[in-house]
Order: sequence, then structure tokens, then C-alpha cells
Amino acid sequence: MAALCKWRHRLKPAVFFQNAARRQLSDKHDYDLLVIGGGSGGLACSKEAAQFGKKVAVLDYVESSPKGTKWGLGGTCVNVGCIPKKLMHQAALLGGAVKDAQKYGWRIPSPITHDWLTMAPAVQDYIRSLNWGHRVQLQDKKVKYLNLKGSLMDGHTVRAVSETGKESVFTAGNIVIATGGRPKYPTHIPGSLEYGISSDDIFWLKESPGKTLVVGASYVALECAGFLTGIGLDTSVMVRSIPLRGFDQQIACLVTDYMGSYGTKFHWKCSPSKVEKLETGRLLVSWTDLDSGKEDQDTFDTVLWAVGRTPETRALSLEKVGVKMNRETGKIIVSADEATSVPNIYAIGDIAEGRPELTPTAIQAGKLLARRLFGKSSKLMDYDCVPTTVFTPLEYGSVGLSEEEAVRRHGEDGIEVFHAFYKPLEFTVAERDASQCYIKMVCLREGAQRILGFHFTGPNAGEVTQGFALAIKCGATYTQLMATVGIHPTSAEEIIKLHITKRSGLDPTVTGC
Amino acid sequence: MGNSVCKGKTVFMDTTRIKSLQNSSTGVIKAGEHKIKSHLSTESQGLSCFTQDHSDQRDGREIVQGFLGQNKVMIFSVTSCQLSAQVKELFRSMKVSFCVLELDQREDRQEIQQALWELTEQRELPSVFVNRQHIGDWEKTSQAHREGRLQALLDMQEVNLSPDLYDYDLLVIGGGSGGLAAAKEAATYGKKVVVLDYVTPTPKGTTWGLGGTCVNVGCIPKKLMHQAAILGQAIRDSQRYGWELQEKVSHNWRNMRQAVQDHIGSLRFGYSKALRDSKVTYMNAYGEFVGPHQIKATNSKGKETFYTAATFIIATGERPRYLGIPGDKEYCITSDDLFSLPQSPGRTLVVGASYVALECAGFLAGLGLDISVMVRSILLRGFDQHMANKIGEHMEQHGVTFIRQFVPTKVRDEYHPYIFRSSEETVGVELLVYSSFVWFLQVLLAVGRDACTRTIGLDTVGVKINVKTGKIPVNEEEQTNVPHIYAIGDVLEGKLELTPVAIQAGRLLARRLYAEHSTKCDYTNIPTTVFTPLEYGACGLSEEDSIQKYGEDNIEVYHSNFWPLEWTVPARDNNTCYAKIICYKQDSERVVGFHVLGPNAGEMTQGFAAAMKCGMTKEQLDNTIGIHPVCAEVFTTLSVTKRSGGDIAKGGC
Repeated sequence: MAALCKWRHRLKPAVFFQNAARRQLSDKHDYDLLVIGGGSGGLACSKEAAQFGKKVAVLDYVESSPKGTKWGLGGTCVNVGCIPKKLMHQAALLGGAVKDAQKYGWRIPSPITHDWLTMAPAVQDYIRSLNWGHRVQLQDKKVKYLNLKGSLMDGHTVRAVSETGKESVFTAGNIVIATGGRPKYPTHIPGSLEYGISSDDIFWLKESPGKTLVVGASYVALECAGFLTGIGLDTSVMVRSIPLRGFDQQIACLVTDYMGSYGTKFHWKCSPSKVEKLETGRLLVSWTDLDSGKEDQDTFDTVLWAVGRTPETRALSLEKVGVKMNRETGKIIVSADEATSVPNIYAIGDIAEGRPELTPTAIQAGKLLARRLFGKSSKLMDYDCVPTTVFTPLEYGSVGLSEEEAVRRHGEDGIEVFHAFYKPLEFTVAERDASQCYIKMVCLREGAQRILGFHFTGPNAGEVTQGFALAIKCGATYTQLMATVGIHPTSAEEIIKLHITKRSGLDPTVTGC
Repeated sequence: MGNSVCKGKTVFMDTTRIKSLQNSSTGVIKAGEHKIKSHLSTESQGLSCFTQDHSDQRDGREIVQGFLGQNKVMIFSVTSCQLSAQVKELFRSMKVSFCVLELDQREDRQEIQQALWELTEQRELPSVFVNRQHIGDWEKTSQAHREGRLQALLDMQEVNLSPDLYDYDLLVIGGGSGGLAAAKEAATYGKKVVVLDYVTPTPKGTTWGLGGTCVNVGCIPKKLMHQAAILGQAIRDSQRYGWELQEKVSHNWRNMRQAVQDHIGSLRFGYSKALRDSKVTYMNAYGEFVGPHQIKATNSKGKETFYTAATFIIATGERPRYLGIPGDKEYCITSDDLFSLPQSPGRTLVVGASYVALECAGFLAGLGLDISVMVRSILLRGFDQHMANKIGEHMEQHGVTFIRQFVPTKVRDEYHPYIFRSSEETVGVELLVYSSFVWFLQVLLAVGRDACTRTIGLDTVGVKINVKTGKIPVNEEEQTNVPHIYAIGDVLEGKLELTPVAIQAGRLLARRLYAEHSTKCDYTNIPTTVFTPLEYGACGLSEEDSIQKYGEDNIEVYHSNFWPLEWTVPARDNNTCYAKIICYKQDSERVVGFHVLGPNAGEMTQGFAAAMKCGMTKEQLDNTIGIHPVCAEVFTTLSVTKRSGGDIAKGGC
């Protein structure tokens, strides 16, 4: 079979006839499209393809985490990513809301405590409903769902293995790889794998993680540490170098400052060296202060590694069929149309080199790919100006360039940075400190001052950022922004009132309303 | 003497004839020129001393006030009148310059005499005024001279006659959002600015300080109380998210009120400080025009002071309307009173369906009170009705009772045996068709607002208002029909009544006046948010208005329900939140209307409003990547048109 497919592949006519050829071949394949990976991107791509009347299958198989955590259809976002993290972030925010409420006249008998065993099952129930929803959607759209682990045999053939080890082989006109990534373990640290957990496990823990050490300063690390602190757990973060690499560093500092002021402990410039399990069942973590070289240690109930993610390519046999990868990152190299080095094999989402690791980009890329493959569309995915939000206790929404990147591209004299420290109205009566609520708009300095980057920290940063992402997509300039009338009283209105430039050195604190 | 007493007629004439006269005599008077003319007028006749006039519809009253406003000594005279000559001689002997208007030389003699009669209730000529104060005829004037009163009046502070001698460059009446913004902006250009702000107490006696409606009895307290209600929901939600509360929670109005009022106090402090810092003079006094360039300021003790200025901005805003039914002012409160009520209003009837009514009803219900809303016809007039009805449904689902198509006819204060009588008044409302009274502890009227324009002397200076609404029509530069008098904010006719609009208009106006800017306030695509329990953000046209403007076939409406992720765990209000955009098909599906119902609607709407300023189209919406998981991302994936009737229930992500 494999040989046959190779032969077909060799016979494949020039690009001009590709579509015709595909149509001919489609009858001979089991599927028109086979997607490996049932996450956001894979599901979107398969459903979209099915809309065009194509025969589509999705292979999804979740390899247990080292701790043994498994989950259903939907990929990282639904099961161990955006959804559970935002819900637990919300749980933490509500803890703050309950405290705020007392300032707003609500009489609440104290003390209030948080019960992990109420929250986690509630979150998990919702995730299961989403798993189910995805199953139903696939069924409705006549996409075949196969709970099998797929690997490539050649450009048109996939071998699939079930949980029990049963093998089957499928052929497809097109193959989309959307297997995403999984958390990395620092395996060089003794005890890391045996005693540590990752974001794959945290949301599915059967009991409260208790006193937790989060290692890493990625957004995953900070988000997890943030909500754990928020639900009242003793939480520490160990950071080797800088927080939120790739994000605007001034904002990253504000975000961590805020966390610090709300009880998250930070061990800056420290690197763990060893994790041991004590007789009590607790974990003894040793670490080195990278500046002083001093060794230190403390006991924790949980150690959460959030030191990055590895693309899930191990089981795909990519080398075997010649799919080119970036050796350093392990990601699949793709062109602007998501094509890999092997014809008919595409890659979308977190697995693709140079793509933002975000659910909505994977979804959009998957949809557009399906439309190009089957819907006579030629529209490419635009990866420019993708907005994102970090759900740390103080949320951080951003779109476009960081200040550092803008300086790098346009030079310090080529940009104008408008900024403001503001106080959300809700914070006033609640007597909350708003020292880190900040807005920064990076603009070109010339002409109408086109907006290059937008950064916002504060409550509901995601909701605030979305519309501005659109404005930037529409080519918004600082001048246009200033001509927009504010909505009073909101935090977002402070954005359209920005008028202090960083260059001026004036105090950017907003006073009055 | 009898034959020299000149009497006028009391006939009202149309005022068109004045136009030609005024045109022949005036124009915009330049600073120095005006001063000279005034001086020369001492011995001259008729039209030689005059008032500025740019209107063609002025009546006698305005003309008289105009003269009075600009001349320290004003004599209305008749050339042939012996007594008039004697009066003139008297002032000459005192070496005082004066202005004479010889009525027999004017075509509008009758109008002027009528105006004098109305002003002084005397018909005798000559009629002498000093410093705007009526002295009387020759007899009264000479008597005043003998008693020294005339000299005393003359010694009073000079009424400045030339712009460079005015007390201020800019006088702003009304220290609300718009007035303060304009004043501060003008001051940054080195202008001498004064703001008069005075809050007439409500019938219930509520009053407040600087800052206007928004800060004291509007946006700020309502959003904070809305937040208190939202936090009540958060407390309920929090239990589903694992927070354990030992007992039932309850709400304490007094604590909330105190916290809210403390914040308002700090804002007010900030405002006065900002005014001081920018060197704007602030006076807690009621401003009233007494002359084209002169204002009478009356403070709370009734002390009157007069100020002149080259330019004026009217920013007096609006106050809540009463119904005019028996008992309304005695027993009902308005939003002016609500936020500072010493105790919880308790079981409350909200009358009206304006956004003020629904917002107040919403947060009161959210605080756990038993709330009814009495609606005469539709909810949220002027807003998209589809959205308005959804807001109503949501409020009903959350325990607010709507009494539709009723109006209250009488409010009485009576003891009711079944109602717990707290220290607050117990008020009953009699409904039209109800056979008996329906009892409430408090009745909140929110039936609209009236512009504060009828008692600030606008008729004196001839500023036109819409007689029916009291609103001031202005041109696109916020200029009234009287060129040196501008108006901004809620008093404007046909403009949105929103704080940021007033601020923007005020600021831009000051820049145009003093900094040679030309940018005008753009009143289109202004975003707004209604802070009902389910918040409603909107920008651009309502569906009704877009159909009217573009035709039903030329617009495409995309819509979707959405379920905020935060609401899933508490499993509440599925398919309540709603997103809608209205696109104009003929212009590449440009978005002309944006509407969203959901939590943080205001925060969501702002950015989209900016995008609409940049001409956002449906395609650009589709090309924008969503932020996951937030509510606002729904706008990047809208695919169902209303026309199609497709399913808009939101499933999964």
C-alpha cells in the first residue's frame, strides 16, 4: 500500500493539474483530508473541509503526561490550556471580588476559604462538556473521529495505532499535522520527572496542589502561579532570566510586580538543581542563586514545571517521509500557505515553525487552509498583528510590536511612545492599588503616527484589547484614536485619552476623570 | 410737566423691521472702536451708542438689555422731551458720560418702550439707568442725585466696555465635565478663565459640589453601585468556583453609600485642585446673563456679584424631570437624590424606561431590593430596540418587575399597615387602573431630563433655545446664535448627552477659540454603554436607524449569541449575551452599527469604536484574530446574518 502511494505520488502532475489530479485520486484514498491532532487547529480545519463535502477524518490521541493525566478531544486549549486556566483565573478573581465586595457594602462573614475540590471538578465538568461538544460537532459535520495515534508512512499514508496497540492504515489526499506541543521537563534535574508536574496535570489534580513552586517565567508559569496565589495557596515562582520573554519587558515587569504585591513569591535568577521526596511526602527543592552561586532549598507540596513546550513530533515519523523541521525548535518548517516540504502535507498551529502558539491563529489557519484546499480560495493567513492576552492576576493584553521590537525596527527616534498609568474605577472604592495598571501605545513618530503596538494591563485586558486589535488592523493612527470619543467610565477610555509621550519625561499618571 | 411725560404703547410688533436698523448701525465691534464710540455717544443721538447685535430676530427686550449691558449710564429719551434734556444736563454737570437712545428716532420705538415697561413697570420717559439699575424719570433721578444715591451708583465698579477690559477672557457657566474641560483647556493657553458652578438643591434638599452630573449624580456613582451589584453576583458565582462562605451575605447600603460618596469627594477635591493648578477661577455661584457680556453671580447666601467676559460657554447641563402629578416633588426622589440616600431605598418603584431608569433599577435589584419599573411605552428610546428588549428580558429574569403601559397619577405619603414602616417615608403610588394603591417605600422618577437653560438669562442676551425642550441649538462649532456665546454638553439640541462628548467638545472648542486649531467635535460614531445588569455597548447606528438611512436591502446584519466563559461554571444565563453588527453593503460592508450585550460591554466597545473611526469593514473583522477566551472575540467570527434566520446559539469554542 505504501509503495503504491509512493508511486502515485511520483506520478503526481505539475501544480496546474494538481486539483484535477486530486479529484481523480480522491476516490482511491480513504479520505480527502486526514488531520492528525484534534486540537483547535485540527478540528477547525477538518470541520471546514467537511463543509465542502469532503471526506475527512481526525486522528486524536492524548499521550498520558508523566504523571498519568489524560483527557479527551479538543487539544491543549480546551483540556489543559486556555479554558481551564481562564476558569481558574476567574476563580482567583472572584476571591478578589469577594474581598472587594465588602468595601462595596456586602457583609460577608469571614474568614472565607477556597476549596479546590469544588472548583476543579466544576472546571473539569465544563471541559468534558466541551469534549462532548466537539464530538457532536464532528459527527454533525460528518467528520470521522478516530481516537488513534497517527504517524506518517508517506505523503498520503498514515499508520494509526489504538490504545490497545491495534494498527490500521489510512490513505488521504491531503494530510494536516496539528499535533501541537506538550510541556517540557528539565530532565537534567534529578527528580524533575518523578516528582514534578506540568500544566498538563495542574487542572486535573485530585486535590489542592498546596504550597507550590512554579519553575519558569513563561506566560504559562505566571498564569498558573497567579491563580494558585489567588485561591489562597502559598506560591513561589523561580525565574532563571527574564519574565515573559518576547513580550514587552516593561509590561512584563509590571505584571510580576503586581503578582508580587498580591502574595506570589519570586526567586529571581535562580535555577533548581534537585527535587527530592521527603518521608512526609513533601518535596524538597534545591536551587542555585545564579548571581551569588549560593545554594538554597525549601519544601513544597507541588513543583510545576513551566519551562517551555516541545512540539509533539516524536511519534509522527516526520524524517521518514522527509518533512523538514527546524532542528533547534523541533518545529515543522512551513511556507506561507502552511505547506511542509512534502507535497500534500501541511502543518498548522503550535507545531508549525514561527507561528504564534495561540488557539485563534490555529483555528483561522486551519479554516483558511481547508478553504484553499477545497474551496477555491487563495486567501492566506495573515499572521501580522495577532492580539493576545496573558491572564495573570493583572491581565495583560497586547497587539503588535513591543517597545523593544519597535525600537529595533524603527530606531528610538523613529517611534513615539504614549503611555499612562491609570486607575480603574472599580479599584477606587475597593481601595486596590493600581500602580501597575498601565497603557502603552507605540506609534511611528512621523505623519499621522500609525500605531505599531498596543499594550494594556488591567482588568478585562482581553476584552479591551480585541477592539483595538481591529483598529490596528484597520491601520489606525494616533490621530484617529484621539478623534475617538471615550466610553465613560471605563478603563478602555484611558487609551483614547493617551497624550503623554515617554520622550517628554512627564508624569504619565492619570488624574481625575 | 404733564405734557412732557412721554408714554409708550404696549403693543407687540413683529421684529423684522429691526433688522435693517441694526444692520445699519452695527457689526462686530472691535475692541478699541467700541470704546471710542461709547465715549462719543455722550452728546449724540439715537443709534450712536449701541449694543452688539448679530441676530435678525431680536426684540425690544434684547435691545434694551444690550444697551444696559454696555453702558454705565443709559438714558432712554425722546428728542422733544424737556425732561430728557434736563437729565442730560444733570449728567453733564456731574461730568459723567452717558448714552442716550432717542426713541422717537427709532422705528422700533414701540418695542423698546414695551420692553422698558416690562422691565421697570413705568412708562415715563426719560428712563434713566445707572449700572443697569433703574433710577426712573427726571424726578426720581434728580431726587437720587440730591440724596447722593446717584453718585454712589456711579462710583460702583465700572462696567467694562471693551473686550480687553473684561474681567475674564472666558466665563463658563456650569462646572460639569464639559465646562471644566473647556475652562482648563482655555487656561492652558494663558487665558483668564472663570467657572461658575451652583447646584440648586433638589426638592428633597440634595445638593453637591463641583463636577456636575457625571461625578456627583451620574456616571461615577451609578457605575460604582452597578459594580456593587455585579460583585453581589460575583459572590454567588464564587461559591461555584470553590469559595466557601459561612453564612448568607447581605448588603449594607450605608457602607456602600459612604464608600461611593467618599470617592466622589476625592474626585471633587481633584477637580478643584486641577482648577487651581491651571489657574481657573472657580466660583460657587449661580450665573445668569444680565447683559451680552455680563453675568450676575449669586452665591448661596444670596450675595450678587457681576462679572464681564469676552466669551461665554454655557455648560449647565440638565436636571431630572418631574411628572407634574400630585405628590411627585414632595415624595418622589430622582437620580439626583438616590446616590446619597442615607438609607437603603427599600422596595422601590422606578418610573421611566430611560437608561437612567433601567440602570438604577438594575443595580437596586442587584443589591437585593424588590424593584418595579413602570414603563409608559418602550424601553430605552433612541437605542436599538432589539437590544433594549433583550435588556428588559434579562432584568425581568433577574427579578425586576415591569409594569408596562402604566403611568403614575398620584403619589401619597400614607401609613400602610402591611409595610414595615422604616424611618424613611412610606410612599404609595396610585396606578391608573389599579383599584387600590400599590405601596412602595421609595419612588424614583427617571422620566427624562430638562436642560437648565430657562433661568440663566438667555432671553436677556437673546440666545435662542428650543422653546419646547429648552435645549440650545448650536452650529458645528458649538456657537449659539449669539456669536460670543457658546454651548456644550447636555444643553445642546440634537447631541448625545455623554460626559466624554462634552469633554471632547469643550476641549476642542477651547482650542479653536484660543489656539487656532480648527478641529471640530465629531458627533458621529460615538460609542456609549448602558450599565444595566447585562451591560450594553453600542457605537454607530441602531438597526432601525440604519434601515431608515440605507434601506433594508442595503444593510446586512450579522449576529450571534455568546456565553462568557466565566458564566459557564456557575451555569447561568446561557444565550443571553448577544453581539450584532450592522454593515452597509454598498460600501464594502463597512460597519455602521456595533452592538453588544454582555459583561464589560464598555471595555469591549471602546476599541471597536476606534476601529469604526478607521472605517472598519466586515472583512477586516473576519481577518482579525480573536483573543481566546474573551467575549469580544465573538466579533471576529460572526457568520450568521439576521436575514438568513440561522441559528445563533453559541456552542463550544
